[in-house]
Amino acid sequence: MYPTAFDYRAPASLDETLSVLKERGDEAKVMAGGQSLIPLLKLRFARPELVVDIGRLPHLNAIGRDDGHLVIGALARHVDIENSPEVAASALMLAEAAHWIADPLVRNRGTLVGSVCHADPAGDWGSVILAMHADLVARSASGERVIHAADFFKGPFETALKPDEVVTGVRIPVGKGRGGGAYLKLERKVGDFATVAVAVHLHLDGNKVEAAGIGLTAVGPNNIKATEAEHFLRGKEPTDEVIAEAARIASDAAEPKDDIRGSAAYKKDVVRVFVQRGLKAAVARAKEGRS
Amino acid sequence: MKVSMTVNGSERSGDVEPRVLLVDFLRTNLRLTGTHIGCDTSSCGACTVLIDGEPVKSCTQLAVQADGRAITTVEGLATAAGLSPMQIGFHEEHGLQCGFCTPGMMLVGTALLEHNPNPTEEEIRWAISGNICRCTGYMNIVKAIKHAAALRESSEVVPRETAAAATGGE
Amino acid sequence: MATEVHMHGRIGEPIKRKEDARFIRGKGNYLDDIELPGMLHMAILRSPHAHARIKSVDTAEASKMPGVIAVVTGELMAQHKLAWMPTLSYDTQAVLATDKVRFQGQEVAAVIAETLYQAEDARDAVVVDYDVLPAVIDPEGAKAAGAPVIRDDKEDQKDNHIYHWESGDQATTQAAFAKADKVIRLHTFYPRCHPAPMETCGIVADVNGATGRATIYMTSQAPHLHRTVFALVAGLPEENIRIVSPDIGGGFGNKVPVYPGYVVATAASLLIGRPVKWVEDRTENLISTGFARDFHMTGDLAVDKDGKMLALRVHLDSDNGAFFSDAQPTKVKAGLFHIVTGSYDIPTAHVTADGYYTNKAPGGVAYRCSFRVTEASYMIERLVTNAAIELGMDQAEFRKKNFIRKDQFPYESPTGWVYDSGDYHKAMDVALEQLGYNELRKDVEARRAKGEVTGIGIASFTEVVGAGHGKDFDLLGVRMFDSAELRVHPTGKALLRMGTKSQGQGHETTFAQIVTEELGIPAADVLVEEGDTDTAPYGLGTYASRSTPVAGAATAMVSRKLRDKARKIAGHLLEADEEDLVWDNGRFYVKGSPDKAKTIQEIAFAAYSNLPDGMEAGLEGVHYYDPPNMTYPFGTYAVVVDVDKGTGQVKVRRMVAVDDCGVRINPMIVEGQIHGGLAEGFGIAFMQLITFDSEGNCIGSNFLDYLLPTAVETPSFELGETVTPSPHHPLGAKGVGESPTVGSPAAYVNAVIDALSPYGVTNIDMPVTSDKVWAALRAAGVNE
Repeated sequence: MYPTAFDYRAPASLDETLSVLKERGDEAKVMAGGQSLIPLLKLRFARPELVVDIGRLPHLNAIGRDDGHLVIGALARHVDIENSPEVAASALMLAEAAHWIADPLVRNRGTLVGSVCHADPAGDWGSVILAMHADLVARSASGERVIHAADFFKGPFETALKPDEVVTGVRIPVGKGRGGGAYLKLERKVGDFATVAVAVHLHLDGNKVEAAGIGLTAVGPNNIKATEAEHFLRGKEPTDEVIAEAARIASDAAEPKDDIRGSAAYKKDVVRVFVQRGLKAAVARAKEGRS
Repeated sequence: MKVSMTVNGSERSGDVEPRVLLVDFLRTNLRLTGTHIGCDTSSCGACTVLIDGEPVKSCTQLAVQADGRAITTVEGLATAAGLSPMQIGFHEEHGLQCGFCTPGMMLVGTALLEHNPNPTEEEIRWAISGNICRCTGYMNIVKAIKHAAALRESSEVVPRETAAAATGGE
Repeated sequence: MATEVHMHGRIGEPIKRKEDARFIRGKGNYLDDIELPGMLHMAILRSPHAHARIKSVDTAEASKMPGVIAVVTGELMAQHKLAWMPTLSYDTQAVLATDKVRFQGQEVAAVIAETLYQAEDARDAVVVDYDVLPAVIDPEGAKAAGAPVIRDDKEDQKDNHIYHWESGDQATTQAAFAKADKVIRLHTFYPRCHPAPMETCGIVADVNGATGRATIYMTSQAPHLHRTVFALVAGLPEENIRIVSPDIGGGFGNKVPVYPGYVVATAASLLIGRPVKWVEDRTENLISTGFARDFHMTGDLAVDKDGKMLALRVHLDSDNGAFFSDAQPTKVKAGLFHIVTGSYDIPTAHVTADGYYTNKAPGGVAYRCSFRVTEASYMIERLVTNAAIELGMDQAEFRKKNFIRKDQFPYESPTGWVYDSGDYHKAMDVALEQLGYNELRKDVEARRAKGEVTGIGIASFTEVVGAGHGKDFDLLGVRMFDSAELRVHPTGKALLRMGTKSQGQGHETTFAQIVTEELGIPAADVLVEEGDTDTAPYGLGTYASRSTPVAGAATAMVSRKLRDKARKIAGHLLEADEEDLVWDNGRFYVKGSPDKAKTIQEIAFAAYSNLPDGMEAGLEGVHYYDPPNMTYPFGTYAVVVDVDKGTGQVKVRRMVAVDDCGVRINPMIVEGQIHGGLAEGFGIAFMQLITFDSEGNCIGSNFLDYLLPTAVETPSFELGETVTPSPHHPLGAKGVGESPTVGSPAAYVNAVIDALSPYGVTNIDMPVTSDKVWAALRAAGVNE
């Protein structure tokens, strides 16, 4: 299986990238690590005229802190996130999620931003950034804009991104109060896409939940933000009963389909089980100050 | 397009279409056929090579992406000083049967020991989880990588720098 | 002392493998590594539909594309009388479709171009117009009134039924059932799966237009048989065909059949006059070649009130796909499925089987299995565990109560098999001991009391391998012997050529060790060659765990022939009567004078330099071995599982495997084989599934959907052994490579069923996926 022929550009700067996209964005595919795109090219599901390889752009692979945010650059790879001391200190759930992505070799090339922009409904990072209330920073030749994660996913493999835009990084609010999160994934084997996965994150104010975020993977046309469950938790003490109810509400937000991985009923129930387990873990981590 | 890269310590270049996969460049242009193709979906790891020391699936990389990088294939594991500890480990512990996944497994093992010289069985199993073997049930692959770790620790093994210098490699 | 050094590599020594040297250096020579001058590449266009009439195939655009040399269609093949080919089960199979496509992935056209990239580009440009027909996806559908007749190409075929076949005794079985205190029934489906070796199938066909000589490199587990098939299919004179099977990256049965791509590539090379390479991509491999299993089975076990088995009745509906092309011996229709009484002394049995055409890929290979014994073993071992649970007996005790006893061997089974040797009680005892069964049973009860879902599964399989005695076993009429040719050079080094073909089994080491044992030449000095039909003696190949039982025996026999000649030469050299010579691990000495000796190396030199008068020079020979019987390896496997009540995920906590394959030639290689088979058994039990939607679309067409276990899922295995030699094999050895795949699936599933038995669950068909387990738990009211 081999890709169809395409033109290839590997711009040396972000400005050059943006001008290429301004000219040919409609017929182009932007490639970072290529771990989502190249399989599609080989299967000939994607037949772009042009591949714009941003893999060599400088300064985009950084992971750092900025003004209460963890900032993940567009070229930061899954493996970088998995091993980052900065991530471990401020947003452990990301490291946990990274470990579940694909396999170790793919993680050596694939990027968080590339995966998010690919917008596979079974992608793991989408749920993580939804649960963490993250922002995406998009650049085009005409300027920069910020897109909330909740506004980013528009359907299977569809995002709010315009053809002339690239996402330069993701900004994740961290470090205020006692926060904790967890990523739980049901996969049939290493390297498999999720049957179901959930990302949960919360902040505690005293004994009460100050804010909660819940993202669901592979149970709808895109990663789903379980907003009602998030609202339900706010201001409540996370007792077993409250957590169980929140998990039930979250499972109602899931819109899975029957497929080879299991029935819709199965997937909804695993959402419930995982949100329940995840919230318990998140509360424990928040109390221990383990982010 | 013209591409150049350092392969097993030597400068190699070629002229390829942008769509040509790195694995095809290695196998067809450079005739380094130790890197295998086992699937088309980035699922099996038979095509594993090291790019700047990290294991990567060369069927899911374009040759042009590797331009300017340093590639190690199975053919680059042995040095003038002899087989690498990983190769010895696979032979001694019966870590291979049909041999098709073996280059990828050895390269992953080699990269693992570079940053984790004494891995546990659990760590080894996770490290090779992007590589499929159909023959060994992984039992002896785990042993082989442990064997290599022990060999590296023993003083009899030529240090990597020395061995590379002996072949004028990277 | 020198003798001991020379003897390195005798039977029982775990010497390191000779073949490793090239593989660990990346210097193996697999099919896709072959590059011939002027070689072209072929890409096959396949049907997207499971069942459709072909209205037209338009190749005009594709033919004009860059690098394209030819586009081959069924029509072109028909002009050369090659649109259809015979199968190993006496059916026909389309090479390139002319009338209809009968499964998704069927070969429709082929593009031959300068590069594979160009061939794939042009393949996209071939336009086929289809008239889509309803698809049949299982035997139920095949039997249904009004079902479309899939094989309307065959004049006498009015429905989708292929064969009916029976074994055993219906009358005595019925009578036994009438007297039974209890009958336990299990209906189970052994789903379709695929061997999926790491290397796919492929060919480089190089036909010399001037001489007609065809040199065909192919991934073949049976190169000689394939040469004969090519001669029959293509009408080529057999002496003008040379099949070369290079290093093979795993076979597991996938590389036994002849596939349409081979025929097209060979025809294309003949027509074009240049070498043509075709290597399957993974999707082609999974959707069109070498499927396995797909057996719908119903078993009834009659027992008396004491738990003694009285009779077994089994019916099988076999899903054979669009063409009946099972690779199996001529005299059977469902392979060796009638070994289904397994390890038990069941007085009478009756087995019936019906085969059906469906709109699915043909093949029916024995995936790491001796001709369908896997399905039989699964059936009986699942049924026995279910019976034990239903009777309230311990699984192990129930088995032991009904095992064939050691003193009953040779044992004739109610379906006519003569088991050579066994000690089933001992293998069971060793397994239970190693597992710590009694303590574990208590632990299971304690965990269950705490609400955990956990269980233990046992399977005590009997395999039937080493096909086979020529009067009962043949392929296309060729008896299933195997061969070894041994040449000892003047310097005492040897060349051993075999009719088999290793795909990772380590033949270059194991067969050399047999020569070491029998002729005293160190294994390091014996070069083993296989796979080139121009040089190797004719053999039936490597599959069905037959290499050691048959070709290994041939190696022992040819070594003994040479030893007999060596004795004569030694007598001449030592000026002693050959009756007075003693053979002692690589040398002959004169009885009573151990110092008066000649080594095999000295004798070898003499064979070319100093012979007795009238003796033919040289020290070489060939042996064709027709085994007197099959060998019957056996063992007991035990598995402990824990089930996650929330998600239904199953975790294998322990896996103990006790195998008895008779005498082990290289224990290291044997254990490696067992590890691999246990992992494949694990994959089959929990992950590996080729299935189809209602339109016949294949689900499981790449490694994203066809799930192979990684090192993380695969359990760590604990091996044990007993040794019961085969009484008829010259070395006492039996086959082993497939035992773990045959025996382990039932052990894994039995463990899950045992775990769920407190909730009344009696069956979950493979693969036992988390969603199925979850559904069983929730149906029983178990929740998190």
